Amino acid sequence: MLVGIALTLISLWVGRNHGLMPVAASSDAPLIDGLFDTMITIATGLFLIVQGVLIYAVWRYRRRPGETGDPEPVEGNLALEALWTAIPVVIVFGLSIYSFDVYQRMGGLSVGHGGGHSHHHEMAGMDPAQPRISAGLGEAQGMTPALTIDVKGLQFAWLFTYPDAGIVSGELHLPVDQEVLLNIEAMDVIHSFWVPQFRLKQDAIPGERTQLRLRPTRTGSFPVVCAELCGSYHGGMRTTVLVQTAEEYQTWLQDQIAQQTASLPVTPDRLHQVVAAHGLQVEAQHLHHLEPNSLAHLPVRTDS
Amino acid sequence: MTGSVATPQPAQQRPAWLEYFGFSLDHKVIGIQYLVLTFIFYLIGGVLAVLVRAELFTPASDFVSRELYNQLFTVHATVMIFLWIVPAGSGAFGNYLIPLMVGARDMAFPRLNAIAFWLLPPAGLLLIASFFFEAPSAGWTSYPPLSLVSGKTGELIWILSVLLLGTSSILGGINFATTILKMRRPGLGLNQMPLFCWAMLATSGMIILSTPVLAGALILLSFDLMVGTSFFNPTGGGNPIVYQHLFWFYSHPAVYIMILPIFGMISEILPVHARKPIFGYKAIAYSSLAITVLSLIVWAHHMFTSGTPPWLRMFFMIATMVIAVPTGIKVFSWIATLWGGRFRLTSALLFAAGFISMFVIGGLSGIMLASVPVDIHVHDTYFVVAHFHYVLFGGSVFGLYAGMYHWFPKMTGRMLNETLGAVHFWMTLIGFNLCFLPMHWLGLQGMPRRVAEYDPQFAGINQLCTIGSIILALSTLPFLWNAVQSWIAGPKAPANPWGGLTPEWLTSSPPPVENWPGDAPLVLKPYGYGESASESSAAV
Repeated sequence: MLVGIALTLISLWVGRNHGLMPVAASSDAPLIDGLFDTMITIATGLFLIVQGVLIYAVWRYRRRPGETGDPEPVEGNLALEALWTAIPVVIVFGLSIYSFDVYQRMGGLSVGHGGGHSHHHEMAGMDPAQPRISAGLGEAQGMTPALTIDVKGLQFAWLFTYPDAGIVSGELHLPVDQEVLLNIEAMDVIHSFWVPQFRLKQDAIPGERTQLRLRPTRTGSFPVVCAELCGSYHGGMRTTVLVQTAEEYQTWLQDQIAQQTASLPVTPDRLHQVVAAHGLQVEAQHLHHLEPNSLAHLPVRTDS
Repeated sequence: MTGSVATPQPAQQRPAWLEYFGFSLDHKVIGIQYLVLTFIFYLIGGVLAVLVRAELFTPASDFVSRELYNQLFTVHATVMIFLWIVPAGSGAFGNYLIPLMVGARDMAFPRLNAIAFWLLPPAGLLLIASFFFEAPSAGWTSYPPLSLVSGKTGELIWILSVLLLGTSSILGGINFATTILKMRRPGLGLNQMPLFCWAMLATSGMIILSTPVLAGALILLSFDLMVGTSFFNPTGGGNPIVYQHLFWFYSHPAVYIMILPIFGMISEILPVHARKPIFGYKAIAYSSLAITVLSLIVWAHHMFTSGTPPWLRMFFMIATMVIAVPTGIKVFSWIATLWGGRFRLTSALLFAAGFISMFVIGGLSGIMLASVPVDIHVHDTYFVVAHFHYVLFGGSVFGLYAGMYHWFPKMTGRMLNETLGAVHFWMTLIGFNLCFLPMHWLGLQGMPRRVAEYDPQFAGINQLCTIGSIILALSTLPFLWNAVQSWIAGPKAPANPWGGLTPEWLTSSPPPVENWPGDAPLVLKPYGYGESASESSAAV
């Protein structure tokens, strides 16, 4: 009884104070952290019970000098077995329902609707200019995005195109507390867009467009990391996301518009400038092939 | 029906040890061939792992070239999975133990068995030798389009090697299932078999159902690679995600192909050393079959960030979580088996208890990974690296060591040194946890996997992991010394050193060709500890 109370208290304390997660900087992050904390609480309880009983049993029931013969045979206990079948069933269904609820609140079930994109019936490859839209994370409660950004992954850099402003950047700038839609594509191999502080990750897949909807809630600069193996410089494929106040963001945006010509499409020359300006590690042949929304010139090696 | 043993009267003509270097049809020789060869591959894979950890000692990419780094982790994973855990768990122990446990003279198809083994050396040599030409570097998952553009020679070698190993595995699976279902000694029902046989039956089912799908995927990938087809290549209208589905349709069950034989071994080892019947025989036996069925419908949990449709993600999340139920039944039953026992703290028991302890950690992080929202954050990070090493090293490798300490006397007729065994266990436990426990934190904080360079804020923890990996590497030395020295000059082992009741202990150590001089014993209560011997086994 006392052990049970102690276990519960320890588990609850660990669940709240584990400190394993980085800063939460998006509206989705607290939802995921709440779920994760619950899982850590349950896992701590189970861990302590199983390890405690295991270590106690191995120590308590070791054979002492002079002991001979076998102990009392016990071949099973239906009630006990039913209990330890039922407990995991309850736990996993509870966690499944909780996970489902969090996933829904993150907008996971509303992908591909709204957001001004109606091309999801297109098959990948049939019309390279309009790739199939695959699931990422959709909008929460039908909010329309204040800002749409095209995210391109290529060996080995991220490029962020702001189509409304007509600019390209090697760093992602986001205004705080604004709903953002990221259209994620890959120019060569699969990459994966990950911001640990947002708790969000979405693969960038050549031939498909994936979407991510998010709302940053905290100003600051956080890493953008490629999480899917994409070649030799995979570990170096990193950049920064700057979450700024509305004024700071506007200042940066106007600055960029002034520097870059505000006409689309983005030219290879422009990309060269962006890549050079950020010291990015990009394989040169990719730049010649870069055109927004074009997948016709993917630099996949054909034997030569 | 008894398996014929060819090479009649070899012992008179040449020394017995030479048998182990030839095309033997004896399941025990083949089992030991598997075990020794796969252990050598384990050591090679371990060296590759230490090189990976050496690179990660510093945040910059400065120890090996970036290309070589990617080759190192690709070959490390391929060797550890396809040339160590899969063939050691089922090939080595399955071959050695199944005929003995079901009272057969040999496997159902001895010649097929030998062929399955002899596919391993060329596949392994091909893979290791690739470092002298061009090693594969697209990860053991080999996702296109990366695998199509990162070196044709290396990729082709990888495909060929894995195809050979997959073929070997399928041949083995067919052989195990047939032997268990058709070669049991008359009078031995399925529910009287040792639990290892149940585990191998479940494993064989998974191998037969899922491995051909991997073979198909790899053949299509090789077409894309060599002749320019576009099954998976988006430039020609192919879909790289289809490859991921086919790959994981095999490679998730593969996790259970790697752990179920170990589950079976643990169910054998615990009762013998605890001197108690296994707790809940039927629950353990049938939960293996439940895992087989479930393992075939969870593969897309590896693809939660791959653009998988939302409702499909929910289905795979729930199916994955449900696997915790049969797995939990096993863990609780093992602990109940230990409860109230009377142990000798043998090395086999230490490793078996260590297995339960470490596997539980991997299981708990597995439930977290199954949850889609959490997985979106930790997918492809060091959290996943930590998780699968707790399952595959803390689980499978600890279990394989437990099996080696337990059955070494039977296989070689010699006893291992128990003190060295305890040293080996504690070094392994400390090194393993020092290496892999901190990786959970790394992944949650933002370190992706498969990187040669990383954010300098993670340097300290990575150095801890590298130190752990070195202790882990050194921990194999006492085992190697123990195994080699004891095999040559260890104390002679009696037929039944642990007082086991399963049939493999009811013959000499090592057993003769065809396993028993007379009829195989009929053991109807393989775990009848604490009862009088006449009740528990009746030699006929």
